[in-house]
Amino acid sequence: MNRFALFWLPQLMATALALAAAPLLMGWINQCRAWLQNRSGAGVLRPYRVLRKLLHKDAVIARRASVLFRLAPYVQFGCMVLAVSIVPSIATDVPLSRAADVIALVGLLALARVFMALAAMDVGTAFGSLGARREMLLAALAEPALLMVFFTPALMSGSTALGTIVADIAEAHFSIYPSLAFAAAAFVMVLLAENARIPIDNPATHLELTMIHEAMTLEYSARHLAVIELAHALKLMVYFLIGIALFVPYGIAAAGDWHALPLATLALAVKLIAAGAGLAVLETVSAKVRIFRAPEFLATAFLLAVLGMLIHFHLESALPAPEVRIESAP
Amino acid sequence: MTLTQQLINLFASLMLLIAFAMLSQRRVQSLIYLFAAQGAVLALNTVVVAAHTGQKHLYFSAALTLLMKVILLPWILHRLIRRLAIRWDVETLINIPTTMLVGIVLVVFAFNLTIPIVALAGTITRSTLGIAMGSVLLAFLMLITRRKAVPQVIGFLAMENGLFFAATSATYGMPMVVELGIALDVLVGTLIFGIFFFHIRETFDSLDIHHLERLKER
Amino acid sequence: MELLLVLAIPVLGGVLLAFIGHRPRAADVNVACSFATLAAAALLTYRVIQHGPLTALHENFFVDYFNVFLVSLTAFVGWTTAVFSRSYMRIEREHGKLTAGRLRLYHSMYQSFMFTMLLALLTNNLGILWVAMEAATLTTVLLVSLYRTPESLEAAWKYFILCGVGIAQALFGTILLYFAAAGVLGSGGDALLWTHLILVKHQLEPTVLTLAFVFLLVGYGTKVGLVPLHNWLPDAHAEGPTPISAVLSGLLLNVALYAIVRNKVLVDGALTSGLAGRLMMAFGLASVVVAALFLWRQKDVKRLFAYSSIEHMGIATFAFGMGGPVAVFAALLHMTVHSLTKSAIFFTVGHAAQKTGTQLIEGIRGLVDTNPVIGWGLMLGSLAILGMPPFGVFASEFLILTTAMHDQPWATPILLAALGIAFAAIFSKVQPMVFGETTARRLARPPASMPIFLHLALVLMLGLFIPAYLASWYRAAAALIG
Repeated sequence: MNRFALFWLPQLMATALALAAAPLLMGWINQCRAWLQNRSGAGVLRPYRVLRKLLHKDAVIARRASVLFRLAPYVQFGCMVLAVSIVPSIATDVPLSRAADVIALVGLLALARVFMALAAMDVGTAFGSLGARREMLLAALAEPALLMVFFTPALMSGSTALGTIVADIAEAHFSIYPSLAFAAAAFVMVLLAENARIPIDNPATHLELTMIHEAMTLEYSARHLAVIELAHALKLMVYFLIGIALFVPYGIAAAGDWHALPLATLALAVKLIAAGAGLAVLETVSAKVRIFRAPEFLATAFLLAVLGMLIHFHLESALPAPEVRIESAP
Repeated sequence: MTLTQQLINLFASLMLLIAFAMLSQRRVQSLIYLFAAQGAVLALNTVVVAAHTGQKHLYFSAALTLLMKVILLPWILHRLIRRLAIRWDVETLINIPTTMLVGIVLVVFAFNLTIPIVALAGTITRSTLGIAMGSVLLAFLMLITRRKAVPQVIGFLAMENGLFFAATSATYGMPMVVELGIALDVLVGTLIFGIFFFHIRETFDSLDIHHLERLKER
Repeated sequence: MELLLVLAIPVLGGVLLAFIGHRPRAADVNVACSFATLAAAALLTYRVIQHGPLTALHENFFVDYFNVFLVSLTAFVGWTTAVFSRSYMRIEREHGKLTAGRLRLYHSMYQSFMFTMLLALLTNNLGILWVAMEAATLTTVLLVSLYRTPESLEAAWKYFILCGVGIAQALFGTILLYFAAAGVLGSGGDALLWTHLILVKHQLEPTVLTLAFVFLLVGYGTKVGLVPLHNWLPDAHAEGPTPISAVLSGLLLNVALYAIVRNKVLVDGALTSGLAGRLMMAFGLASVVVAALFLWRQKDVKRLFAYSSIEHMGIATFAFGMGGPVAVFAALLHMTVHSLTKSAIFFTVGHAAQKTGTQLIEGIRGLVDTNPVIGWGLMLGSLAILGMPPFGVFASEFLILTTAMHDQPWATPILLAALGIAFAAIFSKVQPMVFGETTARRLARPPASMPIFLHLALVLMLGLFIPAYLASWYRAAAALIG
């Protein structure tokens, strides 16, 4: 029993923490944005208040909506919870992290996306189809980029299982890896695109010309909307966790070492706060790009990721050591 | 990997990144800044190699690069575009995402091309030869996919940057006298380009290379 | 000592003419400078014939049989072209097509161009060879656009960009060569000296040298005008002033081919596969065929002869590619006679264009009527360049063809066909230009007839009999090249 608890305790802790903290993260980012824009903001706990408000309302669903419409929010939520459990956040080896490797993780995110797009088109409104189409366009470009980003650390550690990658990078001697720097830059760009942040999509807009994600969720209300909002926050949390795990995993608890869990949790909290503030800064200094420039943005991300991979192949994989002949000056 | 090796890898990656960034620029001003940045990275790389191998002539080489490519040439180009009043003059023949994809293919090609040479080299910087070749090919791509004159010229100069980097990575630089000659050629070439732009402007009232397409096989 | 003079005189001339080039006497100064260079070159040649190959200035310069004859040729054609340019530019001034300021640029760049070519020929350092080749392009770019018409600007731009890109490839080839050499000779200036490299050529790394030669061939081949890198050549020849067309055709192409051959000698020593020769043959043959086919479509007389230059350079490249004493001898002879003949043709064509006010073939008719010198000069020059006996081009082409029949029989029908097509094309276009009803008017000043006939006489002489020292010269150079 003790060993069982040992095994599953970090997992449950991680999932519960992520679930609870996701809206807090959203609130923190919005608060930072408000401060940067010289407003006083609504406080970091506002997302919780929004969720509570939504849960009290009655759901209004179109007459022609099918089962898919009602099901999609829960599917998305389920995928996000699973994703958050898979990504090593406070410990490198949690049971569920063996459920999927990086490629399957991308597939999981894609599953959520597909359901949302289908649900958006299900009701037959113009905005729904518009949002779904734009979303899938961005996804078609962002997914290859995301995969490429994952490949670089995977090549470095020789495995696509997230736990192994994180363990390898966390334990490696600190050195400058340009390939990881490129992959990190590409990852940030994909994060911005996938989570509907500026410069790809304004999370606060409802203008037809500029909506992407918002357009898909226009038809939802009450508890469905609450679930979707929570899933949205969880998705951002997932991306942050992936970024932290791949590029700055220092402080994470090694497998089976549950004494280090509190320290790991603290380290994670610090990183999330910093990352959230960084995202707010990024959003404040960028302007939203026009929709038809979004492919260019993602092509750049793809390019950076491929570059990182190529550089890894060319520069960092093992070559026989050169004999450095020190010539005397002519 | 030692610190020197890591630094050299870092500079090489920056070179390649700058080459790609030049491909995606829309403003001529930022092209010139990127060109200056590339020169700075080159100079830094040469200094690191010089410090590691103790070859004195590389310090001179780095100083020459700094003087020419970070200070003199960008200054000449800035003056030029100010007098010609250009700012947004980067029009491309194929759109930017496609250009970048072609760029990646070229970089892979360059890496493959230089594998046999890398295996033979004895310098500490040898693995960066593929990146140097890649930068050259990317600059060449920029040269042929730009419609206006000034980005073509910057592509030309960036190509020379890549070649210089190749020389540093394969052989710790060329003999000093040759490097001086090359620097002189590049300087004079830029000046002549400058004179050229004015002539083109005078005759066509524009720096669009499309105007220069009348001579065909009749 | 003579070597220093050969190089110093053009430099000083260039600087001097930069100050006084707009004065009326500037053209005479230009001619005098070129003559002084020729005298120095003749002395240098004499010294090499007496004492054999020599190196100078810490082995940075090297004169052997191969480049000394090219040096004399360059200085000679430089001088005769300066004489022609004097008359030509005077008439251009009269017609108002050029201002004094532009003539200043022209004269000073002319001498600088001579310097860069002589530097390229005389240097022992392959890196300096590259620098000089690039400098040669730089000095002539502004000259091609001298008339500032839209077409000439375009031609100069194409010239600059295409040759610039080409020469960048050649730089990479030189870097690779240095890399291979540094592996054997150690890094430092010595590794680029040709005289040192020739001694260790068997030890140079084959893979690196193969790659290096490909880049060098593509790079310097752009300047030779090998197909498919030749796009700049017809435009630059057609739009620039005629003396520039003459020196570009007659001299620069030769120097670029010289650069290729110097590097080929090294590569042949390192590789046993004969790849270098085969590549050169392929490019040469392609140039001959494509140029011959394009000759039919030309409506501008200078473009016509520019394509003819491409064709002949292709023949010379093909011959160098074949290798063997006879082919190389023939190639060297071909370089000489082509240079002399083509510049003579350009002299006549330049004056013809001035007489009729147009460069289009259909606008030039009946030159013999008003000016027999120009008319017959063009006729004889065209016959010479087409390979009619007893002119020299026939001798060299004959030797090349017979060697080809022996060594590369598959190439012979292609060559013969191309030469035949070229003959028909040029002759059919030149004949009405020279004979028939004239549209030409008299020139305000007398044309330069001396250079034309001097060149043609030399070509005739070389066709009939090759002086002994010249023959031994060629043979020694051929032995060097292998």
